[in-house]
Amino acid sequence: MISRFLAGGLERRINILLAILIAAAVLVPVLHLAVPASSPLHMPTYAVALFGKYLTYALLALALDLVWGFCGILSLGHAAFFALGGYAMGMYLMRQIGARGVYGNPDLPDFMVFLNWKELPWFWHGFDHFWFAMLMVMVVPGLLAFVFGWFAFRSRVTGVYLSIITQALTYALMLAFFRNNMGFGGNNGLTDFKDILGFNIQADATRSALFAASALALALGVLVTSALVRSKYGKLLIAARDAESRMRFLGYRPENIKLFAFTLSAIMAGIAGALYVPQVGIINPGEFAPANSIEVVVWTAVGGRGTIIGPIIGALMVNGGKSWFTGALPELWLFALGALFIATTLFLPKGIVGAWEGWWKQRRERDGAASVLPAGNPVESPAE
Amino acid sequence: MTIGETTTTSILYLNGVSVSFDGFRAINNLSLVLEPGEMRAIIGPNGAGKTTMMDIITGKTRPDAGEVFFDGKVDLTKHDESEIAMLGIGRKFQKPTVFESHTVEDNLVLALAGPRNAIPALFHRQTKTERERIDAILQTIRLAARRSEPAAALSHGQKQWLEIGMLLAQDPKLLLVDEPVAGMTDAETEETARLLREIAQTRSVIVVEHDMQFVRELDVKVTCLHEGTVLAEGSLDQVSGDNRVIEVYLGR
Ligand SMILES: Nc1ncnc2c1ncn2[C@@H]1O[C@H](COP(=O)(O)OP(=O)(O)OP(=O)(O)O)[C@@H](O)[C@H]1O
Ligand SMILES: [Mg+2]
Repeated sequence: MISRFLAGGLERRINILLAILIAAAVLVPVLHLAVPASSPLHMPTYAVALFGKYLTYALLALALDLVWGFCGILSLGHAAFFALGGYAMGMYLMRQIGARGVYGNPDLPDFMVFLNWKELPWFWHGFDHFWFAMLMVMVVPGLLAFVFGWFAFRSRVTGVYLSIITQALTYALMLAFFRNNMGFGGNNGLTDFKDILGFNIQADATRSALFAASALALALGVLVTSALVRSKYGKLLIAARDAESRMRFLGYRPENIKLFAFTLSAIMAGIAGALYVPQVGIINPGEFAPANSIEVVVWTAVGGRGTIIGPIIGALMVNGGKSWFTGALPELWLFALGALFIATTLFLPKGIVGAWEGWWKQRRERDGAASVLPAGNPVESPAE
Repeated sequence: MTIGETTTTSILYLNGVSVSFDGFRAINNLSLVLEPGEMRAIIGPNGAGKTTMMDIITGKTRPDAGEVFFDGKVDLTKHDESEIAMLGIGRKFQKPTVFESHTVEDNLVLALAGPRNAIPALFHRQTKTERERIDAILQTIRLAARRSEPAAALSHGQKQWLEIGMLLAQDPKLLLVDEPVAGMTDAETEETARLLREIAQTRSVIVVEHDMQFVRELDVKVTCLHEGTVLAEGSLDQVSGDNRVIEVYLGR
C-alpha cells in the first residue's frame, strides 16, 4: 500500500529532481573523498558542509510549503520545529562526548557540571541511544504541532491570526531555551560535538555521509510530498485552502485534514533540523528566532509556493545569495532579503517556478495555435 | 399529539425556531414541515431570513429557541456542519461556492459520498462505480465537455450547476438549494427547473428563489417568509394572491 502510494507521486519533473538528488548524494562524496585536493574537481570540506546545510534548509522549505502552499496555513513558526529536531540530535551528540568534555565528567555534559547539577535531568535520559534520539527528532516536533494544531484548527483560527500565534510559539520557545535552568545549555546551546555513531564528526568521510544523508532525506521528502499532494488527500488540502466551508458542508472536517499535514510538516522540519546540527556543529536558541521562520517563508515564496520544486530552488538560491552577501555586505543582508520578498510579491507572485510554468504554458499555447491553424481543415471552419 | 406524529414522519420539522443577531430577530418563531420526497419553494423579500433558515438546518447557526428535527428523530441542533452533511443534508450556497483551483471533475470526486478522513483519502483509488457515477453526473449537469478545466474557468451559471452536481455526488436525502438560478439566462433557468424536478423525484428539496417564473416552473408548494416567519403557504397561485404577500414582496 505504501509503495503504491509513493509510486503515485512520480511524474517527469519529480523524477528528474529525485535523480539529481540521488546523483548528488553519490557524486559529492566521491568528489570530496576520492578526487585529490590538487584537482580542480575536488570538493573542499567547507563546500560539502555548506551545501549539506542548504539541503536541510530546502527540506525545511518543502515542509513549510506543504502547509502554506498546498493548504494555505501560513506558519511563521516552522523554524521552531526545525530547532526542536536539531536539539534532539544535539542532545544525542552531547551524550556521545562522554568523559571527553572540559570537565571530564562521564555522566554530565559540561554545561550541567558548570551549573553545578548533580544528575542528568529526566528528559535527557535515553538520548545516549541513537535510535531514541532519532525517534525524538520526529516525535517532539510532531507532537507539538499536533497539540498546537488541534487547538488552533478546532477553534477555527485561520489567516493572519494563525500566523501570529505560530510566531508567538517560536518566540516563547526561544525565551524558554535561553534560560539556563531549562536544561538545554542556555544561550550557548549545545556544541563541541565529538562523534556521531562512533565516527569523528569532523572527518571528511563523516561530512560526506552527512551530506548524502541530507540529499537522501530531501529526496524522500520530495517523494512523500509529491505522492501526498497527488492523492485524493492532496486534493482535500487544496480544497481546505480554497473553500473551507464548502468542505464542511460536504461532510469533511477541514481541521483534521489540516492537522495531518501540519503534523507531518513539523516532522519533516524536525528531520531537517536533525541533519543540520551535525553539519554546522552547534544548536542554540537563536534557531528559534522569529526572523528564522520568516526567512523560510521568503525562500518558499521566491521559489514558488504550491509547487514541490519551488521551495527547494528558493531555499538554495536565497541561501546561496545570503552566503555571498554576508561575506561581502553583511549589514545589508536583511534589507536585501526584505527587498527580495517585496519584489517577489509584486513581480513574481507565483515565484520563480510559477513564473516559469506560466511562461512555458503561454509559449506552448502560442506554438500550439500556430501549428494547428494552418494545418487545420480549411473546409470545416467552426461556426462562430 | 398531532405534532408528535408530524415529527416522526416528516423529513424536516422546524417548530417555533427563533434566532437573533445582536438583538435583531432574523428568524422569529418559524415553523415549517417538509414531507419525505417533497419539493418546497421558499420565497420572500431580501432579509426575510431564508438563508439564515438554511444556516440553522445545516448547523452553521444555532437557534436561540425552537426544535429542528431531521428524518423524524435527529435533533439537528445537537450536530455540527460536517455531521449534518454526513446525516444526509446537502446545501448549495447563495453565492456559488466550488473548489476553484480544482477541475470540474475533481470537484465532483471530492463531493462523492465516501470516507471523509485524511488517512483513507491518502490511499484512495478511484473505483469503476465512482467513475461511472462521475460521468453520469457530468452528463446531468451538462459539463462533460469541460470536465478537465479548472472550476474557476466556468461561467456563473455553470458554477451553480457544478455545485448542484456536487450535491448529487454527495447523495443526500435532503437538498437545500439557495437561489440556484441567479445569474442564469432564461434557457439555463428553464433547464435548472427541469434538473431540480428530476432530482426531487428521489429526494426532498427546499429551493429558495426570487425568480417567480422559475418558481412557477417548479410547480410545487410555496412558502413565503417575511421578517423571519411564515407569511403564507400553499400553491403559488394562492400565495401570490395573498394580500400580505403582495404588500411585502410582490408589490402592487
Ligand atoms: N451571521 C449574521 N450576523 C448578523 N446578522 C445576520 C447574520 N446572518 C443573517 N443576518 C441578518 O439576518 C437577516 C436575514 O438574512 P438572510 O440572509 O437570512 O436573508 P435572506 O432571506 O436570505 O435574504 P436574501 O434574499 O437577500 O438572500 C438579514 O437582515 C441579515 O443581515
Ligand atoms: Mg439569502
